[in-house]
Amino acid sequence: MAATTNTTIIRNGYVFDPLNGINGDVSDIFIKDGKVVSCLSSAEERDATIIDATGKTVMPGGVDSHSHVAGAKVNTGRLMRPEDHYKSVRGKTQITHSGSGYTVPSVYKQGYDYAAMGYTTVFEAAMPPLEARHTHEEMRSTPILDMGAYMVLGNNWFIMRYLKEGDLEKAAAYVAWMMRTHKAYGIKCVNPAGVENWGWAKNVHGLDEPNIHFEVTPRELIRGLAQVNEMLGLPMSLHLHANNLGHPGNWEIARDSLMITSGLDAKNKSTLEWAETRESARRRQTVYLAHAQFSAYGGTSWRDFCSGAPDLAKYINQVDDVVIDSGSVPFGPATTMTGDGPAQHDLYMLTGQKWSNCDVEMECGSGVLSLVYLKSSPVHSVQWAIGLEVMLLIDDPWKTIMTTDHPNGGIFTSYPQVITWLMSKKARDDTAKECHKWAYDKSSLGSVDREMSLYEIAVVTRANPARTIGMAYRKGHLGVGADGDVTVYDINPEKLNLNETAALTAKLARPDYTIKDGRIVARQGEIVAVPEGRRYYCRPYVDEALEKEMLSDVKDWFKYYTVGFANYPVPDKYLKNPVAIPVNKPQEALAQVRR
Amino acid sequence: MAEILLRSKGSIGITVEAEVIRPDIFAGKKREEIEGLIVWQGARQLALAEFFDVDVSRARPSEEMKPEETSIIIEGDVSRVKRIGQGMKAGRIMVCGSAGMHLGFEMAGGSILVEGDAGAWTGMEMKGGQIHIMGNGADHIGSSYRGSWRGMTGGEILIDGNARSQLGGGMVGGRIIIAGNVENFCGIRQSGGLILVKGSAVRGVGAEMNGGTIAVCKAIKQPSPGFVETGREENAKLGDVQLEGWYARFTGDYALGKNPKGTLYCKEG
Repeated sequence: MAATTNTTIIRNGYVFDPLNGINGDVSDIFIKDGKVVSCLSSAEERDATIIDATGKTVMPGGVDSHSHVAGAKVNTGRLMRPEDHYKSVRGKTQITHSGSGYTVPSVYKQGYDYAAMGYTTVFEAAMPPLEARHTHEEMRSTPILDMGAYMVLGNNWFIMRYLKEGDLEKAAAYVAWMMRTHKAYGIKCVNPAGVENWGWAKNVHGLDEPNIHFEVTPRELIRGLAQVNEMLGLPMSLHLHANNLGHPGNWEIARDSLMITSGLDAKNKSTLEWAETRESARRRQTVYLAHAQFSAYGGTSWRDFCSGAPDLAKYINQVDDVVIDSGSVPFGPATTMTGDGPAQHDLYMLTGQKWSNCDVEMECGSGVLSLVYLKSSPVHSVQWAIGLEVMLLIDDPWKTIMTTDHPNGGIFTSYPQVITWLMSKKARDDTAKECHKWAYDKSSLGSVDREMSLYEIAVVTRANPARTIGMAYRKGHLGVGADGDVTVYDINPEKLNLNETAALTAKLARPDYTIKDGRIVARQGEIVAVPEGRRYYCRPYVDEALEKEMLSDVKDWFKYYTVGFANYPVPDKYLKNPVAIPVNKPQEALAQVRR
Repeated sequence: MAEILLRSKGSIGITVEAEVIRPDIFAGKKREEIEGLIVWQGARQLALAEFFDVDVSRARPSEEMKPEETSIIIEGDVSRVKRIGQGMKAGRIMVCGSAGMHLGFEMAGGSILVEGDAGAWTGMEMKGGQIHIMGNGADHIGSSYRGSWRGMTGGEILIDGNARSQLGGGMVGGRIIIAGNVENFCGIRQSGGLILVKGSAVRGVGAEMNGGTIAVCKAIKQPSPGFVETGREENAKLGDVQLEGWYARFTGDYALGKNPKGTLYCKEG
C-alpha cells in the first residue's frame, strides 16, 4: 500500500449508501484529495492506496448527531467520577495520547474510540453560550473527528424577553449574533421555560404554563425558536429536549410539542456546494426531538410505569416534519448529564446517587449524575425496551437516528450492541430473558418482528443524522464531492447470520478500516493516523440596523452578567480547522464565499 | 509448598508499583523470569531485580506448581512498594517488615501477613481471602476507590494495632477487625459486612451507612447525630464474633434516608 498518495480506492465492497439509493451493490469507491470522485486516471490508480473490501460491508463514515463529548458538564462528569477512570486506562502509543474514562472518557480517548468504531463526525448536543469557550477548547483537543456544537437557547433571557414581546425579528437577530459570537452550529432547546424556573426550585409541567418573571410558555418558546430557525434558514432544524423529560406519562407532552412546529417550512438557506446525491440531501423536518426514549414514557408513576413509545410513534408515523434520535439504553454504567437541571434533581431524589447542579447565569442550567442501568431493575428494563421501540415502531428509518444520548442512556461504545438489537429479534429476545419481566410486559417490544437491514442501519447511523443536521452536503454518503469518510466492516451481507449476535456486535465494534478524508485512521480498532478534524459552525446574517438595535438591548442587560461584554465572544483561535457556514447571506456578498 | 524469597536491595526513592508480586504470577516461574517481571517506578518501567534479590532455593519451579502452593516471603523494608498482592486469588505473601500502599487491592483469595505496618488503601475493594497486619494500618482500609461507594465485598482484614480514617468506606461485605483504635469516619457509606473496633473511635462512625454492622468496644468520642438508639444488648453475637458485656444498639444513618438499615453497637459506660 502506498500510504503517502492522495488517492484511495476501496475495491469490491458491498456498498450501502442510502442517500444515493445504493443498497449493497458491489462497487469501488474512489477518493482523491479527501473527496469522493467518480473515477481516477490510470496513473492515479497505480499510485492509490488500495483497500480490498471483497466480501465486506462499505458504508459512509458514521455520523453522531447527538452526543455529549465537550464542555463544562462533560468535564464535571469526569471530575466527579474518579471511579469511572481508574479501570479504563488507554496507554499512549507512538502516535496517540494516553487517556482514561469509561462513561466519560478524556477528549483524546473519545476521539480514538469513536474513530476505532467507524465514526468520523460527532456533534456536541448542548453548549451553553457562557461555556462555549470550554466546549471549543475540548473540541479543539479531540483528535480525528469533525465536530460542531448546538447552542442551548430555550431558557435564554434575551430569547424569552423577545418572544414574550412577540419580536421574532430581534430574536432572530440575537440568535444570528450569538451563533457567530460563540461559533455554534444549531439551536438546542432544553426543557423550555422549565430550566429558568429551576432557579426558584420549580419547573413547568405543561406547554401552556408560563414561567416565573418572564411569563413565557414552553409552547411560545418552541414555536418562536423554530420560526427563528427557519427565518434564518439554518442547516439543521430546532433540536428539542422536551419538557417533563424522564417523567412517567410524558409521551403526550412530547407529541404535543412536536405538533407545535407543524406547518412550518423547512428552509436551509446555507450557502454551500452540495455533493451529488440521488435522494434529496436536504432536511425535511422542522423539529428534531432529542433522545426520544426519555420522552416516551407511559403510566402515571413509577409503580404503573410503562412504554409510551407506541403512542408517540403513531403520531410520528403520520407526519413528515419530525426526526427523532433514540437515546437508547444499552445497560451498564452511565453518567447522566443535561441542561435540564430540574430533571436531574428528580433523578437524584429517585436514586440518591452523586449529583452536581449548575446554573448558567441568564442562559440555562445543567445537572450531572452517576447511574448504572441494571437488567434486574424493572424501570431500566422498560427504558431498554423503549429505546428500541422508538427506532422500530417508527416505520420510516428517515425519521430516526440511533444514539444512546451518550453518556446518558449509555456510552457510545455500546452502539454496536444497540445496532445488533435493531437488526436481530433473537438478540432482543435473548436480552429480554436476562431482564426484569417488565421489559416485555410493559412495552410492545416483544411483539415487534422488525429487523433492520444493513441499508436501514446505514440510514440511522449515517445518512439520516447527516441529513437531519444539514451536514449531508458533505457527510453521510459517498456521492461525488462528499468527504472521503468510509467505514469498512468485516461483514459479508450475503452470509450474515442474525443469530450469531455476539459476532455481529464484535464486527460492528471493530471495523476493518475507518477512513477519514481518504486516509486510513483506524485499522481493526487500532488508531494508525491522527489527523485534525474540522469544526463546523454557522454564520447567519440579518439586517445590520436590526442587529444594532438588538445589540443595544444586549449591552443594556449585560450588567447582569459576571463577564464583561468584550470577554463574551469565543475568539477564532479557539477553533482548529474552522468551517464557517454562511447562512442567510445577502446575495451580493455570496460571490466571495468559498469553502 | 514452594517459598520464593524477595530480599530488598536497599532503600527505595520514588515509590515502586509492584502488582506483579503475587503468588499466582510467581507460581511455576524460574528465578530469571521472576527477576525480569516489570514494575513501574515513576514513569520508568524496570525489572523486579532492580529492587530485589530473588531466591528460589526453597522452591522447585515447575510448570505444575499451583498458585495455592506458592508463598512469597519479602524481607527488608518495602514500605515504598505499592500494590503487593493486587488481585491475588490464591497463595500466601508474608512481609517481614512494613508494606506500602494498596496492599492486597482487589484481592480475591489467599492470604497476606505483614509483620510491621501497612500503608493506606490496604485491602481496597477486596473480594476474598485474608489480610493480617501485625502492626498499624493507615487510612482507607478495605474501602472503595475514591468516588465509588462499593468497597470491600468479602474476605477478612485483621489489624493488631490501630487504624486511621475512613476504614471500611463503602464496605459491602466481609469483615474488618481492629484490635486497637480508629480515627474518623470508620464505616462511612457502609452497606454490609462487619467492622469490629476493639478500641475507641474519634468521630463520624457509620456516617451515611445504610447497612451492615459496626461495633466499637470502647468509646466513640463524638457520635454521629444521625443514629437512633434502639435498645441494649448483653453479650451480643455478631456472626461468630462474641461481644462481652452490655452494649447500646443504634440504627442509622438517618442523615442519609428515612429507613436506614445500618446497625451500630457501642459499649456502655
